[in-house]
Amino acid sequence: MEIPENVKKRLSLPAEEYFYAGHTACQGCGAALGLRYVLKAYKNRAIFTIPACCSTIIAGAWPYLTFGAPLFQTAFETTGAVIGGIEAGLKAKGYKVKGEDGIMVVGWAGDGGTADIGLQALSGFLERDHDGLYIMYDNEAYMNTGIQRSSSTPKGAWTTNTPGGKKHFLEQKPKKKVIDIVIAHKPAYAATASIAFPEDFIRKLKKAQKIKGASFIQLFAPCPTGWRSPTDKSIELARLAVQTAYFPLFEYEGGKYKINMPSTKKEPKPLEEYLKLQGRFKYMTKEDIAALQEWVLREWEELKKKAEMFK
Amino acid sequence: MAESPFKEEIERVEKEYSEKMTPGAIVYIPGSSVINKTGSWRVFMPEFNRDKCVRCYLCYIYCPEPAIYLDEENYPVFDYDYCKGCGICANECPTKAIEMVREVK
Repeated sequence: MEIPENVKKRLSLPAEEYFYAGHTACQGCGAALGLRYVLKAYKNRAIFTIPACCSTIIAGAWPYLTFGAPLFQTAFETTGAVIGGIEAGLKAKGYKVKGEDGIMVVGWAGDGGTADIGLQALSGFLERDHDGLYIMYDNEAYMNTGIQRSSSTPKGAWTTNTPGGKKHFLEQKPKKKVIDIVIAHKPAYAATASIAFPEDFIRKLKKAQKIKGASFIQLFAPCPTGWRSPTDKSIELARLAVQTAYFPLFEYEGGKYKINMPSTKKEPKPLEEYLKLQGRFKYMTKEDIAALQEWVLREWEELKKKAEMFK
Repeated sequence: MAESPFKEEIERVEKEYSEKMTPGAIVYIPGSSVINKTGSWRVFMPEFNRDKCVRCYLCYIYCPEPAIYLDEENYPVFDYDYCKGCGICANECPTKAIEMVREVK
């Protein structure tokens, strides 16, 4: 892909494209955009492993491949273990893994494959401290199989097995904080990122490449199909999630927390601005919304205290 | 009008592509998805007004396909072979230089 030199200077992202068009993601997919940024950052110097999730289909059903990089498709619960295996194999063959010009081993799993099914493999991967990167793209339900709830679904959301109404109920449990579970393992690097802030995301990817040891990034990726939102609002939703402090951007490195600029710029907006754009929250009562708002602000205060305590 | 960035890939894939089963179902051709023209999914198509464009590249940065590339004069070019018409570019454009119009086939 040829991009003129004068444009390259003004672009805030790497100009090379290793994520090819013609993939089968839905219109306005956040996960596809996330994959595009990861391939922009690592080019073809990365080996990917993807378990069963939407991205299996985006990366290509046989005989198609959307990537310009090698890809290993694996079983649902084994992403963490496969990253460790590929890393050990590369090292045994004498390749340089991680570091400035080393090969990156990237696991890319959804929130179901991370927070529910793949949790033990993720824990093992972090505990054994493999030189790899695990990216969890968070679209807050099992979207590939038809919008079933996962433990990452927020309280009050509609999904096909929490449909609401008189006989059934909406999602009852709050969102599982996978990033806190990860930080409890004391990894080399952990961070949250959003597709609405690609410069911040690519900076974190490059940082994860430099730091030796296990790294983890939780990426917020809206899903218009499952969230019942218009396809053109994906980026706006991801941005509002950060601005309302529903999904604050921060990084954890060597025992220190740092809240990143997009989250610290202004005071959090009211959560209702984020909720009203999505059809999955339209069954919530006023009390539900107030309770969710309180939960969001409490988590945000907790994070700010942690950042102050461990700086 | 600039050429599609995927022109070489499409030619390469069309030359090597075959539906013969490979051992272990391995895909040997990187980027072979370019053969799959997703532009037929589109209901609304982006219409670009060159005069309003300030060349901020936000449409290029946020396109999930990617179906937007840049020409020699730094203006965005839309690849209607792959654009699925999600409308993210029109929503994010700060000067409203992109408008979504219903496609007539």
